[in-house]
Amino acid sequence: MSLSVVPAHWLQSGIAATDGEGFQAPGPESFWWPLIGSDTSNWAFTRPSFVVMASVVIIAIYYMSVVNKLSIVPTKRQWIAEQSYDFVRNTIARDVIGSKDFLQFLPLLLTLFTLILFNNIMGIVPFVQFPSMSRIAFPIVLTLIVYIVYHTVAIRRKHGVVGYLKSLVPPGLPGWLKPIMFILEFLTYFLIRPLTLALRLFGNMLAGHLMLLVFILGGEYLLLHGSNLFVQFSGVLGLGFGIVMTFFELLVQFLQAFIFTLLAALYISDAVSEHH
Amino acid sequence: MTGDITFLGYGLAAIGPGIGVGLIFAAYINGVARQPEARGMLQTIAFTGMALTEALAILGLVFVFVFAG
Repeated sequence: MSLSVVPAHWLQSGIAATDGEGFQAPGPESFWWPLIGSDTSNWAFTRPSFVVMASVVIIAIYYMSVVNKLSIVPTKRQWIAEQSYDFVRNTIARDVIGSKDFLQFLPLLLTLFTLILFNNIMGIVPFVQFPSMSRIAFPIVLTLIVYIVYHTVAIRRKHGVVGYLKSLVPPGLPGWLKPIMFILEFLTYFLIRPLTLALRLFGNMLAGHLMLLVFILGGEYLLLHGSNLFVQFSGVLGLGFGIVMTFFELLVQFLQAFIFTLLAALYISDAVSEHH
Repeated sequence: MTGDITFLGYGLAAIGPGIGVGLIFAAYINGVARQPEARGMLQTIAFTGMALTEALAILGLVFVFVFAG
């Protein structure tokens, strides 16, 4: 079990330790980071799986400890919990789903938001620095949950599978347009929505983390292995810009957690709405 | 100079979504400036639109790694 800050295969491929063989840009292989098991074994317990498991435990303990001793004058911890709950409840769930139905979906939305936000922020927290959502498996599982929920709700609300499929076509269309519209809407609901929901979160986290890796590892390489003062100075610029981009990442990470929850709420609101 | 043409292609492909996201937020700022009380509603719409437009760029990014091989 290797608990080093940099995985062993980085050293071999020369990403982290560049021993005179030139700089190798970080790529998708930078995200493969097994703690137990390896490339050759059938399974591996990776760093992101550890982060996700730890995040579930931490969030659960945090919310339970806050709820167990609520006070009228909130402490700082209670304030954060209240703010996140209030944000998901009022800004996302109530505004999008509508005040009639939103309460029953609130646990799901709050869980999605806090879990994604926590895991995203882990991407810039020192010593962890790995956004677990940059492994496609985690966004796929979260999307699968949302997918099952909004289809189940729609089938229940729209009187069975047939009623649901009928409701995909908006009323008042001329007859020849209905099949085309049905195919388009069917593809949107069953294929494009889950695909983009998972890929958006995954792509943003992957791209953001890759960008930080390029700036920081590239800056380090230029600074330590640069041949002259000009190159070394641009290495310092690269490192500085890496720090700026870290704060930009914080914004993106919050935004992606927000957008994922918002779109989940939007899909659910389509499912519960009577018209359309 | 060596490299992969797919990365250049992604740069070109990102122009469209870039313009799209710009248009969405321009309209959002316009809307809030004209009617500040509509901010909450417009925010939801703007971010939804941004998410949908941005999906194209994200798909492109994924395809880079798919086809770069």
